[in-house]
Amino acid sequence: MTFRSAVITFPGSNCDRDMADALEKISGTAPHRVWHGDDALPDGLDFIALPGGFSYGDYLRSGAMAARSHIMQAVIAAAGRGVPVLGVCNGFQVLTESGLLPGALMRNAGIRFVCRDVKLTVENNQSLFTSGYGAGQEILIPVAHHDGNYFADADTLDRLEGEGRVAFRYAESVNGSARNIAGVLNAAGNVLGMMPHPERMIEPEQGGTDGRALFESAIRGLVGA
Amino acid sequence: MKVRVYVSLKNGVLDPQGRAIHHAIEGLGFSGVQDVRAGRLIELDVDDTVTDEALDAMAKQLLANMVIENYRIERVAA
Repeated sequence: MTFRSAVITFPGSNCDRDMADALEKISGTAPHRVWHGDDALPDGLDFIALPGGFSYGDYLRSGAMAARSHIMQAVIAAAGRGVPVLGVCNGFQVLTESGLLPGALMRNAGIRFVCRDVKLTVENNQSLFTSGYGAGQEILIPVAHHDGNYFADADTLDRLEGEGRVAFRYAESVNGSARNIAGVLNAAGNVLGMMPHPERMIEPEQGGTDGRALFESAIRGLVGA
Repeated sequence: MKVRVYVSLKNGVLDPQGRAIHHAIEGLGFSGVQDVRAGRLIELDVDDTVTDEALDAMAKQLLANMVIENYRIERVAA
C-alpha cells in the first residue's frame, strides 16, 4: 500500500526538504508538498508533517503566524479526524500555538541558540510514532533551536505525565524545558510535537540513524509492513 | 483611534530575556534594580466602530499566548 504523506511549507520553513527526503527514503513514496496559502490538503492523507524553520520570520512568537494560516485550519480539521500529524522544531511551535498540543515553547533558558546532538529517552514507546523504540531507550537526535523551552502549568504537566503523553525527554538539561520534556503527544495520540529533528538522523552519513524508527513506526502503523 | 495592547509574561514564568537585560543593566554599573521583565507593546489604529469585545478577542486569539502571557488593552484618545 502506498503511504500518502504531505509536508507543509510556510514562508521561512527550512527543514521541509529534509523532512520530505526522510519520508520518501523511508516510505518509498515522495510526499505531497503543500504551500501555506493552499486552502486544502490532498485527499486521503496518511500523515502530515510540519517541518522546522522560522515560519513568517518568527514574527510575534515562534509559530504564531503559521498557526493561523489557511492551511493550518485544514491541518487542524485533519488532526481532529485522526490523521497523524508530526511537528518538528518550528512545527512543534506551530502545534502549540494552534492549540493542537498544550503548553508553549519559550526562549531557551540559557538565552543561546542550541545546535548539537542530544540524548533523549523514549518515555512512551506505545504510540503510533514511537512503537519502533524500546521503553526507556536512549537515542541521539540533533536539536537546533532558540525557542525550545517547553512550558506548561503544573497541572498540565502532571496530566501529560499521567496519561503517557510525554513521548521523549532530554537525558540532560538542554534548554530549560519543564521536566526536560522534548516531545509531547495529544490526548488521542495522533499528534506529536518535538523539538529534536529525527529527519536529520536517518542515514549513517548524518552521524546516526536513531530518527529512522520514528518514521518506520508511523509507516508500519498506518499502511502495514 | 489608537489602541495599545501591552503583552507581558505571567508571574512565575521564567523570562530569560528580562534576566539578560537585568544583567546588562548591572554591567553598565547601575545598582538597585531588583528585577526586569520584558514584554511587548502592540499599537493598533482602529475605526471607532471596533468594540472592546473585538479587541479582547484579537488579544486572546493572536496578540497574546494565554498559556504564558497576560495582556492589557488601553484606548488612547486621538
